Amino acid sequence: MTARVGVVTFPGSLDDRDAMRAVRIAGAEPVPLWHAEADLKGVDAVVLPGGFSYGDYLRCGAIARFAPVMGELVPAARSGALPVLGICNGFQILCESRLLPGALTRNRSLHFVNRPQRLRVESGATAWTARYTPGEEITVVLKSGEGRYTADAATLDALEASGRVVVRYSGGAPNGSDRDIAGVANEHGNVVGLMPHPEHAVEALTGPSEDGLGFFTSVLAHLAGSVPVGAD
Amino acid sequence: MARVIVDVMLKPEILDPQGQAIVGACGRLGFSGVEQVRQGKRFEVEIDGEADEARLEEVRRLAETLLANPVIEDFELRVAE
Repeated sequence: MTARVGVVTFPGSLDDRDAMRAVRIAGAEPVPLWHAEADLKGVDAVVLPGGFSYGDYLRCGAIARFAPVMGELVPAARSGALPVLGICNGFQILCESRLLPGALTRNRSLHFVNRPQRLRVESGATAWTARYTPGEEITVVLKSGEGRYTADAATLDALEASGRVVVRYSGGAPNGSDRDIAGVANEHGNVVGLMPHPEHAVEALTGPSEDGLGFFTSVLAHLAGSVPVGAD
Repeated sequence: MARVIVDVMLKPEILDPQGQAIVGACGRLGFSGVEQVRQGKRFEVEIDGEADEARLEEVRRLAETLLANPVIEDFELRVAE
């Protein structure tokens, strides 16, 4: 049976269409989810896409965190049952929700960074990166103004020690992220957040590479061995 | 009706590039004595009735939950005169 991967649209989401396209190219059925509906429609996994949910008012992701759709998502993600990928603004929402540690702050340079970005995949032990080899370098798109990942030293040490740093900027973080961290996972490995955009790098015509597709094929491989959320 | 002021600031150890940019502008404008600027946010929260301890506790919970991100920010709260 084809896996069903939900993509949430918040007011101000930009990359929900590209995320749904990436899900389809990977071989799954994309399911549009609406921020105001407290219903995940029985999907097997969820992508929180990039953009500027609620206009980035207050802090990036601070309002989206309390959207009705998050009511079912947060406990299912926290328990380890529901794979969730947060990209860019989605990563910010996952940090604001405390599903992931740390926070995303203004780029050190104050400039919006928009470019193809080399990343080093540090961990294949997550639901979203199993198809990559640790140490593998990939090129996807980075486009963000508040992408500087930061956390206190104890949290960073714990992330490193437990293999929860998932991707790192290769050749230095263009936004000043602590320890060049581009993405992290929760303790179960089902929740992953990253600032760069794998969904913009899934086909040669429109992206800098097809390197991003692995995030979406990884979750399908993961789901092939697990049970849909909400199923008995 | 009472008004409660909530000041939110980045924690001292969190980099504040906006504050640094303001320091740069100070120098260019001739305000030569400015050594450091930290930029924060001020919220003015109007509440029903008196700002008694119960209502202040409610605003404090609001600040922890929504107005500030305790991972990177501290907040202070006071009743406006």
